Amino acid sequence: MAFTAPNETYSGKVYQVEAGTEKTFVIGGENVLPFHSFEGNVPNRPVIAYEVQDVPPEDWPDTVKKVYDGVSGNPVTWAKHCQDKLNAKAIALRLIGTHPDRENRSAEEAAATVKEVLAAINVPLIILGSNHIEKDTSVLVAAAEAAKGKNCFIGKALEENYKTIVAACLANNHKLIAMSQLDINLSKQLNILITQMGFDKEKLVTDPMCSALGYGLDYTYSVMERIRLAALTQNDVTMQTPMLGDIGMYAWKVKEASAPESELPIGGSLEPRGIAWETVTAGALMMAGAELLIMRHPESVKALEKFIDELM
Amino acid sequence: MALSGVEIFKLLPKTNCKKCGHPTCLAFAMKLAQRQASLDLCPDVSEEAKKVLGEASAPPIRPVTLGTGDKAVKMGEETVLFRHDKKFVHPCAFAVEVKDSMSDSEINGVVEQVLNSEIDRVGQKLRVDAIFISNASGDAGKFEGVVKAIAAKAPAVPLILSTTNPAAAEAAVKAVADKKPLLYGANESNADAMAGIAKSHKISLGVAATSLDSLTALTEKIKGLGVEDMVMDSGARTAKEMLRDNTYIRRAAVKKGNKSVGYPVISFAQRDDVMLETLIASLGITKYSSIVVLSSVERWKNLALFTLRQNIYTDPQVPLQVEQKIYKIGEPSADAPLMITSNFSLTYFIVSGEIEGSKVPVRLAVMDTEGLSVLTGWAAGKFTASKIAQFIKDSGIENEISHRELIIPGYVSILSGAIEDKLAGWKVTVGPREANGIAVFLKSR
Repeated sequence: MAFTAPNETYSGKVYQVEAGTEKTFVIGGENVLPFHSFEGNVPNRPVIAYEVQDVPPEDWPDTVKKVYDGVSGNPVTWAKHCQDKLNAKAIALRLIGTHPDRENRSAEEAAATVKEVLAAINVPLIILGSNHIEKDTSVLVAAAEAAKGKNCFIGKALEENYKTIVAACLANNHKLIAMSQLDINLSKQLNILITQMGFDKEKLVTDPMCSALGYGLDYTYSVMERIRLAALTQNDVTMQTPMLGDIGMYAWKVKEASAPESELPIGGSLEPRGIAWETVTAGALMMAGAELLIMRHPESVKALEKFIDELM
Repeated sequence: MALSGVEIFKLLPKTNCKKCGHPTCLAFAMKLAQRQASLDLCPDVSEEAKKVLGEASAPPIRPVTLGTGDKAVKMGEETVLFRHDKKFVHPCAFAVEVKDSMSDSEINGVVEQVLNSEIDRVGQKLRVDAIFISNASGDAGKFEGVVKAIAAKAPAVPLILSTTNPAAAEAAVKAVADKKPLLYGANESNADAMAGIAKSHKISLGVAATSLDSLTALTEKIKGLGVEDMVMDSGARTAKEMLRDNTYIRRAAVKKGNKSVGYPVISFAQRDDVMLETLIASLGITKYSSIVVLSSVERWKNLALFTLRQNIYTDPQVPLQVEQKIYKIGEPSADAPLMITSNFSLTYFIVSGEIEGSKVPVRLAVMDTEGLSVLTGWAAGKFTASKIAQFIKDSGIENEISHRELIIPGYVSILSGAIEDKLAGWKVTVGPREANGIAVFLKSR
């Protein structure tokens, strides 16, 4: 007896969002669940952006810090290294040094860094603040102006500070990353608030908040899966944005990614363990719908690209 | 296919005799539809109704067990496609491949790894569940010898015996039949013989097809030969094929009631690139495999895969909890700070992670809030001043530390006075509201 394929057809579709000017990337555009090309259209592969910071990665675990020895002292050399040596398809510049508890760099310094990095690369740039609610409003506004015309992704706009960041993206023609905390309703609400300001919903990327393998990954996974199902099955136009997985920052913060084997004997060798933590976090969230992934270790990125090759 | 309450009602005697303990036949039918009652409760039900309802109430994916005893692996019985709809039932099993062409020392090495693979994470025991022994040599005697040797060395570990040669299968299965292994390798050319072996030894049979069409034909044929416990391989090998076939199979079984594919799925993740293999196994975990076969079981890889399996297979309605006790982070001296939080696993992991990151040694009191977070626990009356005071007194911590200061989460600052009233001689300090403020808070003290 022949097997009757139980295909699903969905009424909704994920928006296609493009970044960059010289070299560009496009995410989204699919009308099916992740990689379900057997029953619909999956026009674009997920994109992995290499994370670069405005200050040296002193707080990164050795496994991933040492990969950037000699280039990470300066965001420009670091970004160029990722683009030229690691073939990064995008760079995610995190302005973590602007956080008041960190180096407390000013918005002007951040803007200067953005300009320098943009001058040095031709792949699309994702600009991230330090997730400090007040400080990000000045930092991201300055960054958006400094990057005017470069079609960047800028974030993250939170419910508490989205207005100024949305206005800056509108004025300077950028795409926007909106983040809410692990709740499908909050995510929908923020998307609505942002579009009510006149921001085009098709220029929006949703970050439902990442969590690392073993540390809440199940929550992020299910929120992403539910957002994507709402987009496809209910044709909910406020939920049809592509989704971001801010993987590296969460995965490399947990004990399993940094504790030596002597402290965590059940975890075996540290180096592949750290890389696997980032890789598996990304791989799982990609199956739930993340299609822009921000990552740190080149080996994690390499493995994930091979996985995507097999899936496409 | 599950029947609705009304459909079931039509098959009942409609006498409203109440012998089943329900006021009416309709009420009983509704309970049956929700699987909250069993048809046995009705003394007057017809044979025909039993047959129809029995078929309809069978789980869409047949339960199949691999191995015996404590370490037996249960598979099947899944009812949904997405974990947010309902808990995934049986966590997918990890099996490591051993080829009978490998040297004795290589084989012993892998078996040792399996025997030593068990870890404890958030109160759950996690391990490599099974050994997949393949007849790579093509030699029946060699296969039997290796199967016997592994069964002797790892008597409790479930085994999957992989061969397409019925003679090799018969000898190997016979040697370990009491361990209820899975015989994998029934295909179009050997189905009769393999089904015969599985049937006579009362073990389950792994079907190796080359497409979903051939899979359907094979499971129907084998069922016709009297073997009902099957595990299926559609022939999918690339990630793309795996996702497609596993999705089709789960949907067909759960949503369309297609019994021909209503069995657990075995997937093969072996790759030369170990990180890619880890990702293929992750795909199996998230997308409906019941067994994932691996080429190696390094501890780092096990930990990542065990953790992902735990994340995907937890009940989304019931938060994971950690044990109530006072955890030492770093090596706290008698005057190290004492902090308190709830026993929601995510809260615990995030708070302990931030404390570890701060490098300040701390005692962290984790109180049983039935898995609720701090604020929810407070609102639900599980994280209250009197319960906190009782916990601190009963813990015996007063004999261990030289101070009497308790740091509470910022979200429950309102409790500080009440705790001080109930804990004589103690001072309560209000800590940060969010975990990400902990490092700065601790370092600035």
